[in-house]
Parts: sequence; C-alpha cells; structure tokens
Amino acid sequence: MDVADIAKEIKRDDMLQMHHYLRLTRALEERITALYRQGRIVGGVYTSHGMEAIAVGYASALERDDVIAPYHRDMGAFLIRGFTTGEILAQYLGKRTGPTKGKDGNVHMGDLRRGVFGFVSHLADNLPVAAGAALAFKIRGESRVVFTGTGDGGSSRGDFHEAMNFAAVRKLPVVFFCTNNQYAYSTPLRLQMAISNVVDRAKAYGMPGEIVDGNDVAAVYLAAKRAIAIAREGEGPTFLEFKTMRMHGHSEHDPAKYVPRELLEDWKKKDPILKAERLLRELGYAEESYFQRVAERVKNEVETGVEFAEQSPLPEGPEMLEGVFADGADSY
Amino acid sequence: MVAMAQATEEVSYLEAISQALDEEMARDERVFLMGEDVGTYGGAFKITEGFLQKYGEWRVLDTPLAESGFVGAAIGAAMMGLRPVVEMQFADFISCAFDQITEVAAKNHYRWGAAVPMVIRAPFGGGVHGGPFHSECPEGWFFHSPGLKLVAPSTPYDAKGLLKAAIRDPNPVIYFEHKFLYRRIKSALPKEDFVVPLGKADVKRVGNDISVITYGAMVHLALEAAQALTKEGIDLEVVDLRTLIPLDKETIYSSVRKTSKVILLHEDNKTGGIGAEIAALLAEDCFDCLDGPIVRIAPPDTPVPFSPPLEEFFLPKTSDIVSAARKLAAY
Ligand SMILES: Cc1ncc(C[n+]2csc(CCOP(=O)(O)OP(=O)(O)O)c2C)c(N)n1
Repeated sequence: MDVADIAKEIKRDDMLQMHHYLRLTRALEERITALYRQGRIVGGVYTSHGMEAIAVGYASALERDDVIAPYHRDMGAFLIRGFTTGEILAQYLGKRTGPTKGKDGNVHMGDLRRGVFGFVSHLADNLPVAAGAALAFKIRGESRVVFTGTGDGGSSRGDFHEAMNFAAVRKLPVVFFCTNNQYAYSTPLRLQMAISNVVDRAKAYGMPGEIVDGNDVAAVYLAAKRAIAIAREGEGPTFLEFKTMRMHGHSEHDPAKYVPRELLEDWKKKDPILKAERLLRELGYAEESYFQRVAERVKNEVETGVEFAEQSPLPEGPEMLEGVFADGADSY
Repeated sequence: MVAMAQATEEVSYLEAISQALDEEMARDERVFLMGEDVGTYGGAFKITEGFLQKYGEWRVLDTPLAESGFVGAAIGAAMMGLRPVVEMQFADFISCAFDQITEVAAKNHYRWGAAVPMVIRAPFGGGVHGGPFHSECPEGWFFHSPGLKLVAPSTPYDAKGLLKAAIRDPNPVIYFEHKFLYRRIKSALPKEDFVVPLGKADVKRVGNDISVITYGAMVHLALEAAQALTKEGIDLEVVDLRTLIPLDKETIYSSVRKTSKVILLHEDNKTGGIGAEIAALLAEDCFDCLDGPIVRIAPPDTPVPFSPPLEEFFLPKTSDIVSAARKLAAY
C-alpha cells in the first residue's frame, strides 16, 4: 500500500497515537526486562519485542465497548485500554496495586470494566471464551466486537479450532488472529504444522482469512478495521495471520540459541517502530525532533510507573485466601 | 424431607429439572441454554423438549460437538452478563471441557475478579448399563479444584430448588443430575417459586445409631437400608449432602456427634473420592466423638463396566450398607 493511500485511510492523530503506543510498549518492556535481569521481578517475563505493531494496531482499531481477549505478547493492548504503566509494573512486581492484587503475574491480568479478559496460560483457552463474549453480543443484538488471538503454537490447540468453528457456524462478531512469529518456544513452524501459512486453517471453518505484515502498524490497523467492520455488520468472524518474528527468547531467561542469527538480522531491519517512523516521515506527519520528544515522554511515563510500583505495598500472605468465590448473589 | 405447602401432582426428577430451567428462563431473560442436541431434539434425555419453540434459537443453542469450545463460550457469555446453562450430554464428556472448567471458569474470579455465573448440567452415574463412557461419576475431578461449586440432588424437590439456586449463583456451578433417578423418583412439588440454597445438606432420615453420609442416587439406597434395618433395631440417620462444594461440615459433624458412628457412601470410585475427604475431616475434627472405625462404601477403582453382572458387582448395594451397619452397630 502506498503512502498516499495510508494518508487517506488513517487519520494523522491515529497514526501518531499508534506511534506513541509502540514506543511506550517498547520502553515499558525494556524496563521490565531490566528489572527482571536485576532479579526484581520473579517468575516469567514474555515480551512483544519486535512485535509491538500487532497489539497496538488492532487495539487502536477497536471501539471502547469492544472486548479484547489478548494473546500473551499484547502489552500494547493493555496500554491502549488504559492500564497505566504503574499498574502494569505493580502486577509484574506482585504488588497489591496490580490488576490481580498479586494473585497472578506478568501479562496475566485483565479487567472487565476496561473490556480486557485476563490471559490464561493454557494457550488458546481464551479463544472459546472470546467467542462466548461475541455470542452474548449477538444474543443481545449489540454491535460490539471481540478481538482475540494466539500464536502459531497455540493455533495447534483444539480450543483454537473449536472456537473458530463455533464462531463461524453462528456468525459471531469476533476477529481471530494468529501472530505467526515463526517459533513456539523453540519449536519452528515446520514442526508445528504441515502448512506454511496459518491462515489456511481458517478455510476449514469457512472463514475468510488474510495474511498481514505484522511489523507494519498501519497494515495491522487497516486489516483489523476491515475484519471488525465485517464482524459488526453481522457477517461473522475473520481470521488474520500476522507475519512477524519473535526478536527475544521465548521468555527473558531464554537466549534463543535455536534461532539462526541471520534470520534475526533480517527481521531487525523490519523493526515495527522504525518502520512506523519511516512512514510518519514519508507522510510528513513527524520528524526526528518529534520522535525524540515521544521517546522522552514515554521514558517519563515508564519511570513514573516504576516509582508507583516500587512504592506500592506487597500483599499480606493471608490475602491469598480472598476471592476464590464471587459473592453477592446474582449481582453480576 | 421438606414440608411442602400447596403440593401439586407428582413430578419426576427429570421433570423437576425441566421445570427449573423453564421457570428460570421465563424469570430472567439472561438465562439461555446450550449443548449438543438441546434444541430441536430436546436433549438426549428430553429435558429441554419444547424449549426451542418457546424461547427461540438464540436462547436454546444447539452447539457443535466440542465441549471445550462451548463451555469456553459459556464462560465468555457469562462474563458479559448472560446466564448460560450448558448441558453435557453425558457427564463423562466433561473431561473434554476439563481445562476450560478448571483453568478458566474456576480461576477467573480469584485471579482478576471476573465472576463467571454459569451452570454446567452433567447427567452422571450408573445403573443404566451405559458402560465405561456413559456411567461415570466425575465429581471427584472437580472436588479438588477451588473456585467451582458442585451440586448433586437426590430428589425432585432438591433437583428443582438446587438448579434454580445454581442459576442464580454468581459462580460456576456443576450440577450433577443422576440419570438413574430421572424417571424413577417422583414427588409433589410446591406451586410457588422456591430454591434450595447451595451449601446446605439435608437429613433425609433422622436416626440415632449410625450416620450414613451420602448424595445422589445413593441416598435412596441408604434409605432402603435404613428401612431394612429397623427390624433389627439399628437406626440409621441418612445425611444427603446435596452440595459437595461448599461442603456442609456443620450438618455432617452434628450428625456424627450424635450417632458416633459413620458410613460414607458414594458411587464415585473409592480412592480420592468425596468420602475420603470427609473421613479425613472427621478424623481431624471429630475424632473424640467416634465410637467405631469410619467405614467407606464405594465402587472399586475400576471404570464402570458394561455387562449387567459386572455393573451390578461394581455399584454399591443396599446389602453392602446393611452388612456394614450391622458390623458397625456391634462395634
Ligand atoms: C496448552 C499449553 N501448552 C504449553 C504451554 C507452555 N508454553 C507457553 S508459550 C509456549 C509457546 C507458544 O508459542 P506460540 O503460540 O507460537 O506463541 P509465541 O510464544 O511464539 O509468541 C509454550 C509451549 C502453554 N502455555 N499452554
């Protein structure tokens, strides 16, 4: 797609805002990685380094009332939905002020009021749940849409297929995506599936699919917009395959020696942030000094978050007993 | 048993479940049904017969054959404010949805405060020659998973009242309905709306000598055994748990404190079953009041076999309870 077309289809403010969130995601996750290396974050840390355009692109394409059931490298979606850097860092540090009050860690957070479902480790488990949220919208005749996805690895799970099939049969307003970042932990795509494009899986369900450059925030945004429009029209689900590359290890403890270095060198040139900045320059929307100001701004936002999280109290042990059951009969 | 005002004509256990669903769907438009063949066909056991015509295809959804998928969908719909009631065609197939139930439904509220108000109806139990895949009692799998409520009624009154309570509860509830009881057990029900609160056991027969703690179809065996033992002057108290989680420890303890002797009876396999947990609780909390060993009656640790003599050998019998009670009484 050429620059003039993009200028027509994406508002300047939206492009600039997406750029902001790309930078914020990168800065926040770099800070999280650093805290992890210092031993201040325990547990696993999974980042979206090199893949930021996906969550930023699709979450920007949704309306406020829509719902996201995210994939495990969708930090940008949390930020766009209003999770502050402070809350997110508090979550990573196991603080009481995090969205799960210390009950769960890292990206395993959610908030119904902000329309974000808590991520479940069992990959693809959230896909049927997302289809169910879309079912609720369909039953009530609301024009809300759900966006959900998983990785290439997660797309092998039965729940992925069960969700796609059910949503297709009932024409539910949901968009499924797959972040094909070529590896599932250490397992390359060729050992994950005998097809080279994940999108082919959608054909089995009679669902339209599209391959999208996952490193191009404008492409992700526009593809998401198209799929969302189809869903909102009552035409049912679409499948989007975002082609990308996981630039860090599976988690921050994984040096990813199984990935050929040349492959990474290749993908480094396609970095989604640099790509977005090139585009913004070509569109005449921004230049170097602007990018520097954004970098400064997001750095402050991250540091404010670190301060908040570090000053937040840890939960007390017995708080772990709270919340197994919801109470207040029928008030939900 | 519960005193009933304004009793109507007798309804079966199956009709009681059907009535509860119908009344809850009429009362609350958020309630909807999903499962395999629940629509046009009315469900494998015909519990939802006529519902599709009455409520339409968006409140009575026939699903693809994919338990994990539709249980997951029920979770999502519940979080968005609806009140799904999912039918497992047979409780056995709940294993396909185990992951969604234990990992998603059970943990959501604990992890991030999202309530999952949904019910999974699971027709369970043997005695109907269903073989290893149509006779299981899978409650033990879920008894160990915090965040779920488990219900297992033994009478039409409880079946109706507990299902209504389960639908109105803000948590995921698995409702184990016993297939053997569907058409065999009947009683009169009150005309007006009623619920049986979750977490409350019921003393189905008051007795002084031995407490039989049980649930589901086994309640009726225990009552039969109690009847048979009256001639011998052994007086059984039959405690019907009705709800397995939350477990009504108070009622269990007060019965055992009174009788000092206990038989734990269930149809699920013995090892790691609900009886094992109650035995441990009694050993922890009621050791001083026990006048005999805690006795467990449960099937052996095998799958439920098909051929009638094998299945009969597998299932607990009235005579097992009678002979265990005799021994315990003499203790
Ligand atoms: C059902 C399940 N099995 C195994 C795991 C452990 N695990 C976590 S991430 C991962 C690889 C995921 O690969 P993919 O879906 O391609 O996403 P990526 O991490 O590459 O972005 C595995 C095996 C899991 N979380 N869930």
